[in-house]
Amino acid sequence: MIRIEKLHKSYPIGKDSLHVLKGIDLHIKEGEFVSIMGSSGSGKSTLLNIVGLLDTHDKGAYYLNGQLIQGLNEKKAAILRNKFLGFVFQSFNLISYKTALENVALPLYYKGMNRKERLIIALDYLDKVGIKDWANHLPNELSGGQKQRVAIARALVTNPKVVLADEPTGALDSTTTDSVMDLLKDINNEGMTVFVITHEEEVANQTKRIVRLKDGVIISDEPTIASKNL
Amino acid sequence: MFDLDRWREIFQSINKNRLRSVMSGFTVAFAILLFTLLFGIASGLGNFFKEAFADDAKNLLFFRAGRTTKPYKGLQTGRKVQLKNTDYNYVTEEYTDNIQYKTAKINKNLIIKYENEASNYGVKAVHPDYQFLEKIILYEGRFLNERDLKLKSKVIVIGRLIKKDLFGEKLALGKRVNVNGSSFLIIGIFSDENTDRESEAYIPLTTNQMMYGSNDFIDQINLGYNPKLSTDAAIAFGKKVERDMRKKLNIHPDDQSALSVRNMAEANKFVGIIMLALYLIIAFIGSGTLIAGIIGISNIMIFVIKERTKEFGIRKALGAKPSSIVGMVVQESVLITTLSGYLGLSLGTYILSFIGNSLEEKYFIKDPSVSPTIVIGATILLIISGLIAGYIPAKRAASIKPIEALRAD
Repeated sequence: MIRIEKLHKSYPIGKDSLHVLKGIDLHIKEGEFVSIMGSSGSGKSTLLNIVGLLDTHDKGAYYLNGQLIQGLNEKKAAILRNKFLGFVFQSFNLISYKTALENVALPLYYKGMNRKERLIIALDYLDKVGIKDWANHLPNELSGGQKQRVAIARALVTNPKVVLADEPTGALDSTTTDSVMDLLKDINNEGMTVFVITHEEEVANQTKRIVRLKDGVIISDEPTIASKNL
Repeated sequence: MFDLDRWREIFQSINKNRLRSVMSGFTVAFAILLFTLLFGIASGLGNFFKEAFADDAKNLLFFRAGRTTKPYKGLQTGRKVQLKNTDYNYVTEEYTDNIQYKTAKINKNLIIKYENEASNYGVKAVHPDYQFLEKIILYEGRFLNERDLKLKSKVIVIGRLIKKDLFGEKLALGKRVNVNGSSFLIIGIFSDENTDRESEAYIPLTTNQMMYGSNDFIDQINLGYNPKLSTDAAIAFGKKVERDMRKKLNIHPDDQSALSVRNMAEANKFVGIIMLALYLIIAFIGSGTLIAGIIGISNIMIFVIKERTKEFGIRKALGAKPSSIVGMVVQESVLITTLSGYLGLSLGTYILSFIGNSLEEKYFIKDPSVSPTIVIGATILLIISGLIAGYIPAKRAASIKPIEALRAD
């Protein structure tokens, strides 16, 4: 599903440049539940942004669903994101003036689906994440956990190939964290590839494979106990 | 092109961000309101001036004799200068090419009597062209003609108010009135609103000369110069006739009281200059207002788009193409500018129509209004400025990498 070979990325800082990713090799197959762990500055967010086509890499190769990602313009990137990727962010990133239902339906709008159809599908996904009753509420009327459920529904609504979650539990308390992780596990159990970034061991341990990143290189890549228990 | 979903997105964005939308709309509406009012008032001033000078033939030139105030060629001051038929004939024959209408005029105040009603009225003895020079409109009968003058007929054309005084609601045309002891046939009745001319009466010049004095004296020569003459040529023509007349009547070239000349071309030129200056000032202020409005909306749009950078980042992460974001912002901006511009325009037009003629007497503003050309021009300008005001910052916002846009707060 995702294949990365010798990936490099550096950011210019004044005259110097900061080398963030120093040759990453990573292969994630369909249906995997992978977490990337690392302290801040390890390059894990950069990696996710590149995988999510939100940022571009300098050197190396990136294949998404078998397609080499190279020299994409914004328009092509937008189409690929819409088709293959679903995002869950730490800070939810819901549009504040849209209801939960409208937020979930938005990716379908960019897919070109008609309104009636996309609202039906969106409601379906809200039901799936367990907050159908909150469909017509604005984000600021929802709790953190509920917001993240809306975001997850939004990430799933286009039926993507991969769900990318950047610190999905970073803004949540432990109880809500567990429920959100349970939801991600359920999604994965249904066959969805889920790619999580976190710095919390408990969160990482609930995934099936942990990739540890330090100073822009992978220092370990092993299955978790959770996966062995299956 | 019509994309219902796009419009729904835009209306939602406008509706959920009312303050922002109202603010940007207000800037434009206010600018257009000021613009409309300024142009309307300027055109109102213009209308007043035009009307004030347009009632009489615009190309009017007239001569009136008085007493000399300067000695000239051995002639004393205080001499009464008398215009005569010969002077009239000389001028009209000498300059026939430059003259469209011509009349001599004798001013008299005479008692006109019908049955038991009688009153004193201004009776003017004139040539037939007088009708065109003073733009007299007959609503019954006819004006004096050449035959009347040739036959020295005792016919009279009376103003509406004289008819009202003497006849009331009764028929007057074809009746005979007594003018200073002689019987005159009423051949025409005229109206001339907004002047005191309606209580005047006109008789043939020749009839007057025969009856009162049996001389060839006249008081005044009125000419309508050829309208094809430019203002400057008309002024030059007036000066030339004046010089000739002064020479012929032995009047000092600078003696204004012995021969007073009034040339509408001079007044027209003056009015023209004032109007031009007025329009230039208004155009300057008006376009300044408009530009201020455009800058205002551009500023607000820049701010609005900065505020929405994160939203655009989210939309892009969800699969929005840059073109869809630019399109959405531009469409929203054009919608707001057009609607609020139209609102300002309507409000301005309404205020102008409400003002109407109420400021005419005090402020010389008559029927202030804006021409459709200006309205259409301003609207097009608005749409274009809405386009630009939205496009430039939106293009920039859409080109920001989604990751940077998402980081914005």
